Amino acid sequence: MKLEKNIRDKYIVVIGLEVHAQLQTESKIFAADATTFGDTPNTNISAITLGHPGTLPKFNRKALTYAIKMGLACNSEITRENIFDRKNYFYPDLPKGYQLTQDKTPICKGGYIKVKTRDNVEKQLTLHKIHLEEDAGKSLHLAGETDTLIDYNRAGVSLIEIVTEPVLRSSEEAGLFLAEVRKLVRYLEICDGNMEQGSLRCDANISVMLKDAAEYGEKVEIKNMNSIRNVQRAIEHEIERQIGAVEAGQQIISETRTFNADKGTTAGMRTKETLNDYRYFPDPDLSPVIVDETLLESIGREMPALPEALLEKFTAHYNLPEYDALFLTETKEMAAYFEAICKKQGHPKAVSNWMMGPVKSVLNENGWQITDFPIKAETMAALIQLVREGSVSFSAASQEIFPVLLENPDQTPLTIAENHNLIQQSDSNSIQPIIDEVIAQFPDKVKAYRHGKKGLIGMFMGEVMKKSKAKVDPKLTNELLRKTLG
Amino acid sequence: MITVSYSSLKAIQDDIKKGHLSCVSLVKYYLQNIEDKSHLNVFLEVYKEEALKKAEEVDQKFRQGTYGKLAGLVVGLKDLLCYKDHRIQAGSKILEGFESQISGTAVERLIAEDAIIIGRQNCDEFGMGSSNENSPFGPTLNEIDNSRVPGGSSGASAVSVQADMCQVALGSDTGGSVRQPAAFCGIIGLKPTYSRISRHGLIAYASSFDTIGIFSKSIEDNALVLEVIAGKDEYDSTVSKKEVENYTGALNFDKKVKVAYLKETFESEGLNDNIKEKTLNTLNFLRAEGHQVEEITFPLIKYALPTYYILTTAEASSNLSRYDGVKYGYRSPNTEDLLSMYKKSRSEAFGSEVIRRIMLGTFVLSASYYDAYYTKAQKVRRLIKDKTQSILSDYDFIIMPTTPTTAFKIGERKNDPLEMYLADLFTVQASVSGIPAISVPNGTDPEGLPVGLQIMTNDFKESELFSFSKYILDNQ
Repeated sequence: MKLEKNIRDKYIVVIGLEVHAQLQTESKIFAADATTFGDTPNTNISAITLGHPGTLPKFNRKALTYAIKMGLACNSEITRENIFDRKNYFYPDLPKGYQLTQDKTPICKGGYIKVKTRDNVEKQLTLHKIHLEEDAGKSLHLAGETDTLIDYNRAGVSLIEIVTEPVLRSSEEAGLFLAEVRKLVRYLEICDGNMEQGSLRCDANISVMLKDAAEYGEKVEIKNMNSIRNVQRAIEHEIERQIGAVEAGQQIISETRTFNADKGTTAGMRTKETLNDYRYFPDPDLSPVIVDETLLESIGREMPALPEALLEKFTAHYNLPEYDALFLTETKEMAAYFEAICKKQGHPKAVSNWMMGPVKSVLNENGWQITDFPIKAETMAALIQLVREGSVSFSAASQEIFPVLLENPDQTPLTIAENHNLIQQSDSNSIQPIIDEVIAQFPDKVKAYRHGKKGLIGMFMGEVMKKSKAKVDPKLTNELLRKTLG
Repeated sequence: MITVSYSSLKAIQDDIKKGHLSCVSLVKYYLQNIEDKSHLNVFLEVYKEEALKKAEEVDQKFRQGTYGKLAGLVVGLKDLLCYKDHRIQAGSKILEGFESQISGTAVERLIAEDAIIIGRQNCDEFGMGSSNENSPFGPTLNEIDNSRVPGGSSGASAVSVQADMCQVALGSDTGGSVRQPAAFCGIIGLKPTYSRISRHGLIAYASSFDTIGIFSKSIEDNALVLEVIAGKDEYDSTVSKKEVENYTGALNFDKKVKVAYLKETFESEGLNDNIKEKTLNTLNFLRAEGHQVEEITFPLIKYALPTYYILTTAEASSNLSRYDGVKYGYRSPNTEDLLSMYKKSRSEAFGSEVIRRIMLGTFVLSASYYDAYYTKAQKVRRLIKDKTQSILSDYDFIIMPTTPTTAFKIGERKNDPLEMYLADLFTVQASVSGIPAISVPNGTDPEGLPVGLQIMTNDFKESELFSFSKYILDNQ
C-alpha cells in the first residue's frame, strides 16, 4: 500500500519529536543509588528511590550540569531559577505516585539543532525545550506469567527530555535529528546514546495537513521505537496511514499509538491514557535550583569542541573533503585519534586515507569503536611516515605491516618492515641493476617500446617489482625505467 | 520511688548527679505510668526492653561523666516520626506491618545526645484531624477529663507529657497539630519556623506546612530539645541553613516589647468567652508591666483557614499517592487486577477523613479548577504571609488564644468536619505564614479544662519566643 507520489505531494507532514536521554550521572537524580545498566533487578533501590514514607528527594547537581551542557550545545536559553514539578499518576513502576519533572521552568528554552539533508540542504530544527526529570522503573511481563514484576533500579535515573517544535517535515529529517542528538550527547559525554538499551528513547508526534490548510491536522503520538531506523519506519507508516485515511474521508483521532517493529505498523493504545489529568504542581520537597553566572561560566569552559566546529576545522584547516571530515568527526574519539596522528605526521589527507581505508575496515570487521582499536596514534603516524618517505610501499604497509601491528601493537612499524624484509630500495644505484637485468631479458619488448608501444611500460614495471619483491620505490623506478628505455 | 513528676530535665539531671535518681528508675516510673494509664490509649508500641537497656547505658555515662546534653530525657514519638528498624504507620492501616529503614534527622539527633525513646504514639491518621479520633486504633483520651478529646493530630503525644509517661514528646504541626493539643492538655507546645527542623524522617501530610513540634512541661526543655534537633541537614533541601541559636542560654527576659493582637480574633463568633477573657487578662498584664500592646486589624485573616485547607489537601493528595499497595503496607486481598488493587487497597485502608482530604486535594489540582483554587490559594497564602511579616516588623509578638474552645467531647464533632476544622482557626495563621508559634498554659476554665495562650513571632526568632513565653509563665 504505497501512496501515489501525486497524492502524497498534496500534503505537508508535520513532525515533532520528544527524545529522552538518560544522563550518565553516577548516581540517580534525587538519590545516591547507582545507575549502572543491567545490574541485578532491585539492587540499586534505597528508601528514597522506593518512596518510603519520610524520605525526601536530594537533587544531584551533576544532572543539572549535564543538562546545561546540552542546552549550550543547542544554543538554548538557560533557565536561572529551576523549579521541579510533580506529575501525578498511578503506575506500579512509579514509586511515589508522581514523577518529578520540570513542567513550567525547563532548564533549557528554545535553541536548535542543525542537520543537512540528502539534497545538501541545511536546516535548523528548532527546539521547544529541554527539561530534567526522573526515569520510572521497568515493568517486566514474563511469558506465561500473569503477574507483573517491577525492577526499580531504573526508577530515579536522571533524564533530559529534548522536545522539538513541530518543525520536522519528513522521516529523513527525524532520522538526521536523532543521529545529531546522539552524536551531541556522546560528544558531551552526558549519555551513551544507546537506543537499544533505552538510554536514548524517542516518541514522535505526527500529523498531516493539505498544503493550503490553515491549521495542523490532528496529531498522533507514536511510542516504542528502539532505533533510528524504526523511528523512520514508524513515521513513514504513519504518514501513509494518515494520508490514506484523510483521502478516504476519515477523521484522524488524536491518540497514542505503539510501533510494531516486526510488522512495521502502528496500532492504537488505550485512549484512556490520553485522558490523564496529571495535576502538575511545584514539588514542595525541593527548593528551587538556581543557576548562577559562575556555574554557567565554568560549564562553558568545560565544553568540548562540538561536531560542527570540528567539521569546520577538518575541512578548512586540514583541507579535507567534507565526506572525509564527516566520517572523522562522527565521534569525538575518532576525531581525537585522527588529530593525534596528524600532530606527528603532517599530511592530513594521507592520514585520512588510512583512516577511511584500512582502519575503517578493521573497525567494521570487528564491530569496534575507535577506542577499541589497539594501535597507538604515534605508531600509526610512524607507519604512514614509512610510506610517505618511500621506505615501504602502501601495499606492503597496509597488507603486511598493518596486520602484524594489530596483533603486536607494541612493535614499531620499522622493525616489522625490516624483519619481513619490506624496506624498499629508493636509491637509483640499487634499482638500476634490476632494471638493466629486465631490459636484457626482454629485447623484443624493448624494441617494440622504442617503436612507440609506450603502454609496455606497465609490463616492465611489473617485472622490476617482481624481481625486487616489491621493495623498490615505484615512483623512482618508473622514472629510471623511462630514462633507460629512452 | 518517684512520686512527683519532674518539671524539667535539669531537675532530673541534678537528681541523677546527686545520686537520688537513676535513668533506669526513671524509665521504670514512666513505664509504670504508661501501664497504669493505658485506658488513655496513648502508645501504639512501648519500647520497654530497649528503653531500659539504653537507660542502663546512660546511667553508666553519668558515672563516667561522658553523658550527652539530653541524658536522662525520656521521649515519646508521634507515629509520624521514623525510627530505623522500628514500625511506623502514621496512624493508618495503609502502613500495616511497615518497618522504617531510616531514622528521622530529629530522632537521630535526640539519640546522639543520649535521649531515650520510649515508644510510638497514637495520632490522627497522617496528621489529619484535630481530636485524635481519626485513628484506626481508637481515640486517645484527655487525662483531665476522659470524656474529652486531647486535641489533634498529635493528641496522644500531648497526653503522654500531660500524664507523665515521658518528659518530652515530638509531634508534628501542619496547621496546629502540636499547639492545639498542647492547649487542650495544659502543657507547652512549640511549632518552630517552617524549615527550622529537617523534615527527613517525618511522614508527609502537607510538605510546605509540615514542621516537627515539641511538647514539654517547661520552656527550658523545649528550648533545649529545639537546640539539639534544629539546623541544616543534607537529607532535606528545604531545611534552613541558618545557624541554630543558643536558646537555653538566652532565656532571661528584661526588656519592653511591642505586642499586637488582632481585632478579628476577638470578634470571632466561635470564641469562648472565658478563653477571650483570659487572653485579654494576659494582654492587660503586659500593659501593666509597661509593654506596648495594640490592637490591629487583619481583614484577610478570614481566608487563612480556607487557604490552609486548599493547599494542604492539594499537597496531601499527592503525598499520599505512594501508598498504593504495590511496594509496602496494606494490599487488599480482594483484588482482581491493577486498578482494583489500587482502589480496594486505598479505600479499605484509608480512613474517611484522609479520603475526604485526598479527594478535595485531587479536585483543587485538577485542570479545570487549578487556577480557581490552587493558584488563588497560593496567592492568598503569599498575601497573608506578607501581611503577617509586616505586622511582625512593627511588633515583636502577636498574641491570641490557641483555640476558640477548650477540649470538646469525644464524638461531639466527629460527624461535622467543618466544625472540626474550626478548631484550627487560630493556629493556621502561623502555618500559612511559616512563622514560629508556641502555645503555653493560660489557666483553666470554670470546668477545670486547660486554656492555651498562643504567641507568635517572626521567622527564626525562636529565642525571643522562648524567653518571652517564660517571662509570661513565670510572672503572670
